[in-house]
Amino acid sequence: MEHANNVSVNRKKKNGSNWIIHAFPIPAVVVYTLFFVYPIFAAFAYSLFDWKGMTMGKFNYFNNFVKLFTQEPFNGMFWNALQHNVYYFIVEMIVQNGIAFLLAYIIFKKVKGAQWFKVAYFIPRLLSIIVVGFMWKLILNPNTGIVNVILKKLGLDSLAHAWLGDPNTALTSVVLVNCWFAIGFFMLIFLAGLQSVSTEVLEAAKLDGATGFRLIRSVVLPMMFQPIVIVIVMTFIQAFEAFELVFAMQGSMGEPYYSTDLMAVFFYRTAFGSGAGDSGELGVGSALAVVMFAIIATISAVFMSYVNKKNAE
Amino acid sequence: MKPNPIVRCLLYIVSIGYALLSLFPIFLMLISSVKPNIEIFTKPLSLPSELSFTSYQTLFVKLNYADYIKNSVFVSAVTLLILLVFSVMLSYYIARFNFKWNGALFFYFLIGMMLPIKLGLVPLFLLIKDLHLVNSLWSIILIHVGSGIPMAVLILTGFFRTLPKELEEAGRIDGASNMGLLMQILLPLMRPALGTVTIVNFIGVWNDFFFPMIFIQDEAKKTIPVGMLKLFSEFTTDWSVLFAGLTLSSLPMIIIFIFASRQFMDGLTAGAVK
Repeated sequence: MEHANNVSVNRKKKNGSNWIIHAFPIPAVVVYTLFFVYPIFAAFAYSLFDWKGMTMGKFNYFNNFVKLFTQEPFNGMFWNALQHNVYYFIVEMIVQNGIAFLLAYIIFKKVKGAQWFKVAYFIPRLLSIIVVGFMWKLILNPNTGIVNVILKKLGLDSLAHAWLGDPNTALTSVVLVNCWFAIGFFMLIFLAGLQSVSTEVLEAAKLDGATGFRLIRSVVLPMMFQPIVIVIVMTFIQAFEAFELVFAMQGSMGEPYYSTDLMAVFFYRTAFGSGAGDSGELGVGSALAVVMFAIIATISAVFMSYVNKKNAE
Repeated sequence: MKPNPIVRCLLYIVSIGYALLSLFPIFLMLISSVKPNIEIFTKPLSLPSELSFTSYQTLFVKLNYADYIKNSVFVSAVTLLILLVFSVMLSYYIARFNFKWNGALFFYFLIGMMLPIKLGLVPLFLLIKDLHLVNSLWSIILIHVGSGIPMAVLILTGFFRTLPKELEEAGRIDGASNMGLLMQILLPLMRPALGTVTIVNFIGVWNDFFFPMIFIQDEAKKTIPVGMLKLFSEFTTDWSVLFAGLTLSSLPMIIIFIFASRQFMDGLTAGAVK
């Protein structure tokens, strides 16, 4: 970090009140260390101990991890939830980011009322995700929810469906609700990227005869490398941290039959119990947190270092 | 160069179509909240035959909705105030001075950008318990301040560095203290960056459900999002009341957004792209 512009401050002799400046960072350091850094690093330590309820027992090496990966029901639930997180990510990449890019491109093309479209697309992102979950639970209600009511009115009774009750459609429904919630936000990131692509380059490409899809593919996309990676990383974190929507719509067991279970939901259930009378397993829960942390940190770091390398070129 | 009319038409169909899809559920929520239950079920798409606000009354009479609102306002206001004060002080120190540990200090906060705090939930839970902050709104406030600092510091130090150093030098010659320089000269210029930090965190804190759910069981201390949980467990069939609860929890944010939509959208994009 360069701070060359502040040399004069240091050169000044330490008279009177100057030492007070060192008190400035203290409040932030204390709160951040205690309520952010400590809990995350303590989770690593916790995962290496036995736990009886809320009391820490003996150091047990990697026992909790062994339990997580080899003992029922933990191991089955882990792989089940991990698959769902991967599916969550893939659907979001295709549906959410596909639509978000399309909408950003349309707004970039300067349709009339662009500002209003942006507002309309963004509004869902303002709601609490718990509100989003509960609202869509009502909308997707098999009997009186608006989706099935409309389908029946259109004479498409055969398509009316217990969207959230059927294991085959429940997870997809939840992910699509997440897409509805997040599209406006990702549209803005794409739009910011598009607006940074210089118009001269675009005009030159058009003169060379590149239009429509080809223009997007061979000129716009390569220039949007950085926003695209940001979108991928954020989508990845969003998909692997997802909790609230499943909790609101499908409960802490990922109904029906764990078909919508995600790692964070499994983590919550393991650490705090499912509410069905079983007490939590803090050791295995902490081990799971460490595994999730490793997955998220590794993938984000790989992507970010890839960006830095590309930028350096 | 204009695209051909068919393409142009198609662009409008897609953009208007998605705008409808985006807004329809919210519109449905609004109109359902002022309809009697029977109309929600028999005529879900039509406008209400007459406006009825009884469902809103129910929220305040049978639920502690007034408390929920009070608590949400308190948590958001206090969190933002503390977060802004602490982050400004830290960023000023990092960006405008040249101590040899400043690089390391900045990096210490930067690592917070990559770590999801939810995964520290178990130690956090025991910590809050040891501090006797369970069922206290301060538990949520402190957690949000802690997790909000990294991005706030990133945005604020970036902005502090863009301000010319001559600003302070003139002030120093006039004998102003560090605090005086910060408050009177630098801070007024920081408004755009402070706005970004405020908006990003306001949306996050106001809407947060996860931490209040874990730490607040006391009915009188609940914030609006956790209050929703109680609403949905007690009024499962009274959809008019459910929609009223959803509307009431979303409307304040939507109204603020409509008045400051540009700041909201610019702020959130800036927060993400940094």
